[in-house]
Amino acid sequence: MNATAKMVDVQGLTVDFKGPKGPIRAVDGVDLDLRRGETVALLGESGSGKSVTLRSLMRLHPSSAKIGGKVEVDGRDVLKMGSRELAGLRGPVVSMIFQDPGLAFDPVYRIGDQIVEAVRRHEKLSKAEARKRALELFERVRIPSPDKRLDNYPHEMSGGMRQRAMIALALVCRPKVLLADEPTTALDATVQIQVLLLLRELQRELGLAVVFVTHDIGVAVEVADRIAVMYAGRIVEMGPCRDVIRDPRHPYTQGLLLSRASHAPTPGARLAAIPGAPPDLSDLPPGCAFRPRCGHAIDDCAEAAPPAADVGPAHFARCIRTRRAAEAFESVTA
Amino acid sequence: MIIGAPTPPPGGFPRDRGGPGQPLLSVKGLVKHFGVKKGFLTKAGPIVRAVDGVDFDVVKGETLGIVGESGCGKSTTARLVMQIIAPDAGDILFDGERVGSQALSLNGFRKQVQMVFQDSYASLNPRLTVEDTIAFGPKVHGASGRAATTRAHDLLHRVGLEPARFAGRYPHELSGGQRQRVNIARALALDPRLLILDEAVSALDKSVEAQVLNLLLDLKDEFGLTYMFISHDLNVVRFMSNRVMVMYLGKVAEFGPSEALFETPKHPYTGALLASMPSMDPDARTETAPLTGDPPNPINPPPGCRFNPRCAKSAALCGHKEPTLLDAGVDHRAACWLVDPASGHPRIAA
Ligand SMILES: Nc1ncnc2c1ncn2[C@@H]1O[C@H](COP(=O)(O)OP(=O)(O)O)[C@@H](O)[C@H]1O
Ligand SMILES: Nc1ncnc2c1ncn2[C@@H]1O[C@H](COP(=O)(O)OP(=O)(O)O)[C@@H](O)[C@H]1O
Ligand SMILES: [Mg+2]
Ligand SMILES: [Mg+2]
Repeated sequence: MNATAKMVDVQGLTVDFKGPKGPIRAVDGVDLDLRRGETVALLGESGSGKSVTLRSLMRLHPSSAKIGGKVEVDGRDVLKMGSRELAGLRGPVVSMIFQDPGLAFDPVYRIGDQIVEAVRRHEKLSKAEARKRALELFERVRIPSPDKRLDNYPHEMSGGMRQRAMIALALVCRPKVLLADEPTTALDATVQIQVLLLLRELQRELGLAVVFVTHDIGVAVEVADRIAVMYAGRIVEMGPCRDVIRDPRHPYTQGLLLSRASHAPTPGARLAAIPGAPPDLSDLPPGCAFRPRCGHAIDDCAEAAPPAADVGPAHFARCIRTRRAAEAFESVTA
Repeated sequence: MIIGAPTPPPGGFPRDRGGPGQPLLSVKGLVKHFGVKKGFLTKAGPIVRAVDGVDFDVVKGETLGIVGESGCGKSTTARLVMQIIAPDAGDILFDGERVGSQALSLNGFRKQVQMVFQDSYASLNPRLTVEDTIAFGPKVHGASGRAATTRAHDLLHRVGLEPARFAGRYPHELSGGQRQRVNIARALALDPRLLILDEAVSALDKSVEAQVLNLLLDLKDEFGLTYMFISHDLNVVRFMSNRVMVMYLGKVAEFGPSEALFETPKHPYTGALLASMPSMDPDARTETAPLTGDPPNPINPPPGCRFNPRCAKSAALCGHKEPTLLDAGVDHRAACWLVDPASGHPRIAA
């Protein structure tokens, strides 16, 4: 296999839904590519289009959704696939884990049986062989006393354990791409870090390409090689993790970093909060969607959606004020 | 004098009785066990020791942060203080008076303590407008409709919601951040002295969370409030709190001034909680998880120190002898043998 081949290649992705107040464009021109063994974090607030972007890679949208652009996974055109090809994609090529493992497991069957069943759906194995494979998977995700745990019902496992079991289920068909939609958001920080370390380890060992959706910058820093910051359906900044965190060039990314409680100058001082609220997708302002909340906005920002401006190696920001923003950020953090 | 405690505004805090030296809230020996019913026809099941002997004070004008993994008893402690549930044992004193005594009736206490929860939607009556929601409490306590509405509009303005735009709206017409502002306004309507914030900002988007934290700080100054601030986000607790209480399995593991507790944690559990926070440095990511497994539940707490089965510094002593809260610095206590030089814990340098 070509190690530099793109595992994921998305260009100009758009996703339109019928919203209660008229049509909404949940994803508006997203470009994203991933190589084998690479992790990209999609970082953004709720409603920014992270999950919709992720689900597009497996085409998991309701049929009423309109998807445009190009989505290739492992060299295959996902948007042109029929249902048979999609079935061959979901599992063996791409699989997904999410925040609530309750969605992955049926509460009335033992977890082990559900994994055995998933194994046998994709490989011609006897029950005993499939059980052996399920056991290996449980060991791989470091579930203690794995043999005993396979006989648990979902409710008999703690949150962190269920999350590990869901990861095992996602690995059943040896996928090449793992999509993770806030898999640690509901967990205690003490458990979250265990799951993040596990994902990092699996990713290295199995050479997975991982798209990791999160709203937590710290989580993105723990897992990602690159970070893509989403706002109102667009990737407003993307670059190597280090550069996005240390030298953010989009005013929204800067705002997220500066408003963190851990960044407060002294306890009790006020946080540098971003004013306003995330926008209503059915009523977006023209031009840059962040303009109404942006301290650097000028009239030109209303003209058109800003193009990607290169601000460093493999690092871009969709902002026409990146220079001004960079100067301002330096003066605050210096 | 407690380190980090704010100086009272000129004229003292409103309705102050015992003076600044007397804690606003004093909790002593608080216990709450829940009996878990196993199910149909089965005998009474195990006992959940949700809160199992907790003592703490809340100083007038301070923010006391409360942290700990889920299930450690934070919300139960808050509900006990609020008198939403009755304790099995323990005393709650408010400005020196025992709650429910002649000097301080339950009703008199309830007016002075309010709570804001994580779920901004479930805490609001979907059929009441924002204005009626906020005016409800004052009306029940005898305010005229007119006075209550005026007050509601004042408060809406104070929490950053223009009354002209928002007074007539219903909860479902608001964003999560706006609903939480309404909950805060409603909590302030009876002019309380103590506000308990139980994960009140945890469900909000980060940009909105920062705004609401700033609002809470402003309101605290303006209304001379005292906060109990419960959150699983240690960064937020550190930012908001003067002092912090760390709970583990229904007990207090550590209690101290925010700076000292975060800079030099004395309990290994506090250290592990801090080390579990994601790193913000791409060149210094976390390499090993500070704790393994999920937080245990308080049904069969282990003998000795409750944390000892998960503690990297556990010694034989910790498995059979339970440490009480021991002095660990100025206004700083930790329930760990390591802070007691005479305990014989092998890790204490001779
Ligand atoms: N199946 C759907 N039908 C209609 N609207 C949807 C659907 N799925 C998502 N949306 C909308 O698309 C927008 C982006 O959603 P999402 O990608 O889930 O955001 P997030 O960044 O929080 O994951 C939201 O406004 C959401 O309401
Ligand atoms: N009404 C109840 N009945 C039985 N158990 C309860 C009840 N309320 C809380 N608990 C249990 O008490 C423990 C402490 O819960 P809680 O105070 O909500 O923790 P926290 O807020 O720290 O997450 C948990 O094990 C929880 O399951
Ligand atoms: Mg989502
Ligand atoms: Mg709670």
